[in-house]
Amino acid sequence: MLAHFSNIITVFLMVAGLFIIIARGNLIKKLIGLSLFQTSVYLLYITPGKLIGGTAPIISPQYTVYSNPLPHVLILTAIVVGVATLALGLALAVRIREAYGSIEEDEILERDHGVEAEEAKEARS
Amino acid sequence: MNVEELILAALVLPIVGALGIVVSNRSPNVREGVTLVTAVAVFACVVQLVAPVLAGSTPLVSLVEPLPGLPVAFRVEPLGMLFGLVASGLWIVNSIYSIGYMRGNNEKNQTRFYVCFALSIAAALGIAFSANLLTLFLFYEILTLITYPLVTHAGTDKAKHGGRVYLGILMGTSMLFLLPAIIYTWHVAGTVDFRPGGILPAGLAPASVTVLLALFMFGIGKAALMPFHRWLPAAMVAPTPVSALLHAVAVVKAGVFSVVKVVVYVFGSSILAGTTQWLIAIAGFTILAASVVALNADNFKRRLAYSTVSQLSYIVVAAAVLAPLSTVGAALHIVSHALGKITLFFAAGAIYTAAHKTEISQFDGIGRRMPWTMTAFTIGALSIIGIPPFIGFVSKWYIMSGAFSAGMLSVAAVFMLSTLLNAAYLLPIVHRAFFRPPRHDDHHGHDGHHGEAPLPIVIAICITAAGTLVASLFPDVLIGLAQRIGTGGAI
Amino acid sequence: MSLAQHLPALQVVLPLISAPLAVLSRRAGLAFLIVTAAAWTAFAIAIALWLQVDLSGPVSYPIGNWEPPWGIEYRLDRLNSFMLVLVSGMAAVVLPYSRASIEREIPQESHYLFYAMLGLCLTGLLGMSITGDAFNLFVFLEISSLSTYVLIAMGRDRRALTAAYQYLIMGSIGATFIVIGIGFLYLMTGTLNLADMVDRVARIENSRPGLAALAFITVGVSLKVALAPLHQWLPNAYTYAPSSVSAFLAATATKVALYALIRFYFTVFGDAFLFEKLPLPKMMLVLSLFAMFFANFIAIFQDNLKRLFAYSSIGQIGYITLGLSFDSIDGVAASIMHLFNHGVAKGAIFLLVGAIVARLTTRQSAPPAPGFDRIAGLARSMPWTCFGIVIGGLSLIGVPGTAGFISKWYLVLAAVDKGQWWLVGAILFSSLLAVAYVWRFVEAAYFRAPPAGREAFGEASLSLLIPAWLLVGATVWFGIDTSFTVGSAIEAAQQLVHNHK
Repeated sequence: MLAHFSNIITVFLMVAGLFIIIARGNLIKKLIGLSLFQTSVYLLYITPGKLIGGTAPIISPQYTVYSNPLPHVLILTAIVVGVATLALGLALAVRIREAYGSIEEDEILERDHGVEAEEAKEARS
Repeated sequence: MNVEELILAALVLPIVGALGIVVSNRSPNVREGVTLVTAVAVFACVVQLVAPVLAGSTPLVSLVEPLPGLPVAFRVEPLGMLFGLVASGLWIVNSIYSIGYMRGNNEKNQTRFYVCFALSIAAALGIAFSANLLTLFLFYEILTLITYPLVTHAGTDKAKHGGRVYLGILMGTSMLFLLPAIIYTWHVAGTVDFRPGGILPAGLAPASVTVLLALFMFGIGKAALMPFHRWLPAAMVAPTPVSALLHAVAVVKAGVFSVVKVVVYVFGSSILAGTTQWLIAIAGFTILAASVVALNADNFKRRLAYSTVSQLSYIVVAAAVLAPLSTVGAALHIVSHALGKITLFFAAGAIYTAAHKTEISQFDGIGRRMPWTMTAFTIGALSIIGIPPFIGFVSKWYIMSGAFSAGMLSVAAVFMLSTLLNAAYLLPIVHRAFFRPPRHDDHHGHDGHHGEAPLPIVIAICITAAGTLVASLFPDVLIGLAQRIGTGGAI
Repeated sequence: MSLAQHLPALQVVLPLISAPLAVLSRRAGLAFLIVTAAAWTAFAIAIALWLQVDLSGPVSYPIGNWEPPWGIEYRLDRLNSFMLVLVSGMAAVVLPYSRASIEREIPQESHYLFYAMLGLCLTGLLGMSITGDAFNLFVFLEISSLSTYVLIAMGRDRRALTAAYQYLIMGSIGATFIVIGIGFLYLMTGTLNLADMVDRVARIENSRPGLAALAFITVGVSLKVALAPLHQWLPNAYTYAPSSVSAFLAATATKVALYALIRFYFTVFGDAFLFEKLPLPKMMLVLSLFAMFFANFIAIFQDNLKRLFAYSSIGQIGYITLGLSFDSIDGVAASIMHLFNHGVAKGAIFLLVGAIVARLTTRQSAPPAPGFDRIAGLARSMPWTCFGIVIGGLSLIGVPGTAGFISKWYLVLAAVDKGQWWLVGAILFSSLLAVAYVWRFVEAAYFRAPPAGREAFGEASLSLLIPAWLLVGATVWFGIDTSFTVGSAIEAAQQLVHNHK
């Protein structure tokens, strides 16, 4: 069970994140879900890299077991990407709030719908 | 110029001419001068090819290779020579006619009209000289697209609708049937070149041959085989010069030309033997059904259009009979019908320009006011019906001889019946024009006292009528070319 | 010479440097010059690399001299050297066009940011194409995606913001799926180098993590490809993005994602496993047919030209995946050349539609939607623009003489090869749907009377027309002289398809 503990956490975060993205209409909450979803991937990479009893990979005659350093490096990059995505998403949310006066998906759709109806009327006349 | 250069010149000159027409947009006289000069130059190039072809050579020009092993290439062989002669020769006459017609009716966008016309001739010559199916398909589609603006020239809703039917059927059939047929041919034969005796491997299953033949025959929608014939009447919304040259000569003849070419040079008679009955049946049905429709049409151009549908199927039948004599007849019929039908359409346009009449029931006594036009019409009609000694009779004679030699009496019967129908829908017009007194109740002001059509129209119509007579009296060159089809020294 | 050896690195690094330089310059004109120079140089490098691969076979370049498989390797073969030419070539054409095009679409003060973002997007797409490392591919994917979201959000219509947001959510999910798949592959094989992975994957691909990796990568990449039914982000993104962005994305972004799909399927997993033992061909077949018919059909009923051609793109992607599902040399070659042929034609169309939008836009108002009522009778005032769209449309239909015909020929040939005649019919029938929507444009532009209130205006400016007509010319050129496209595609397919039956 303990061996699978990290996997269970990973899958839980993954599914929870995806669920939030799909189920929530609030743009900020969607972004939180997206972040959770991405965080789960960090775990997916890093946890198998740790060997119990292993140390940091510095070559020294005292140690024979090392943890794999590569996943950490990779995930460092992925974290940067994740932060950038989140920042851009939040910036878009701010701009959307300025343009529509709302960050609720259904209200935004409604307002767009109104505009489209007007446009259609204009085109007809 | 050597032969290869002549071929290229014939194809490039109309394009150059089109550019010249665009440049001289502002001055109608220069523009139409350019058209005429180009037409004469193109015809001169094509005529010079006749002697080498009669001497048995089939010159080849290869341009680019869009697909590995599949070049865009041109080869002049007797059948293509005949078609090229007809298309380029009649373009000159038709240009003279167009000048009278377009000016007489104050048509809009005349520059576009002349440009598209020149380009369609280039496409028709491309089809005529194509050395393989890919080249044929390329120019076939170009011809469809470039004639679309001509069909929809008037820009009205009716023209738009006609254009839709035109494009829908021609594009649809060529994409859905012709293209897979070509690709399947490539797949089984490894080549799509036209070669005497055909290119299909001898071991091909009869079922595959039949399916392939059907794909080709219905895919070449320009041959107007029923049930894919409706584009032709729809295309009659175009100005009459378009109907005359394109929808009696260039486009439809490109269709039947492709049919004959495919049957002779892709299939070859040996592999087709015994599998063409259904095709003869459908074409025979088209001949009779279209004639009956023509009989009941009061609109002059519509009657002529259905007459064309019917006559095109003569050529399909002739190709499907697979006898050497009927192939000669098919080639001759391409020429004879072209000469005859263009005269009839010219007459329709002349009457429209001079009298603004489009329905046959209005034609009473018109022959007395327009004697030249109606005399020419009579000559064309007699040739189409197939009265000896007109060229129409010669071509029918060859086709029927072929049918007899192949023992297909039913074909002969269809031809007899259809000749009667031809007479029944064409001769009453002659009768009405010459022997009925003009009706006075339908005279509204200006068109009451019309005379003959404008001079260019009359000149053009007399030339084609004279052409019919000349071809009837001296058919030797034509027959000589036609007899060489399928025997040429092509590799 | 030493510089020539480093061309693979320069291919990516030059556009990458141009982006921060453009930001630092803070001036629209200077930023434009920097990024355009980078894009043109990248195009020249791409051609040089293509020639190098053509002459002497695959090129391997170790980044920072760390030998593969430990370091990141840039690896060039037939397929991705071809992709590099497409991507950098489109950038080289779109950038000069942007100068005039964004004038009314983006506020003057953020022009330099636009060029920086375009430079970054180009970097990402080139990097995705050139890299031989799975994780590096993900990083470049995110670079291109993030800059794409910004570019789309720059559209003047406020719906551009929601379109960008929607794409951000879906794109990030897709990218995360890809990284999960790569993670599984890494866990099972212990390598990230794609070439190194090939043999090791063969041992584990039947295991559960192997299949899970395949599934995650398939779904993730399909999202970026916009393979129906994962296409929802695409129509809005193309419709509301600035015109030059729509053109660039339509011609490159989905195409590079498709490249990634081909790379994972044919190089990493290998077609012998995917197409023999899994129900993948059937699945791809069904999805492709769905895209071809559904999207092309929807396109017919769109009123906004940009949206119409966006749906048409989704349909055309169906042809590409259909070719892949055949798993034959002809089929895969058809897909690869259609990547290129469709990219060029669709790029031309979007550039020209952009020229129409520019003419309809006034300084005060937001760009109006190029609806059919607004473009009625437009051919009279903008003959070159409209004629160019018609030629591009003919290529979408697949009329001989245009590039689209060449790919269609190979696609049909592949179907005939498989003996699947109903598929031949399906391919050709769906291309008739393209006739319907192209002819809606023709009838509106050429036969309808201009709306009464519209001001008279002339042809689009030359700075818009010349780049667009370069692509129109390319559409015709690659329909006639196909030694580059067909040659590259066939050889690439021969390297990819091992499953000779």
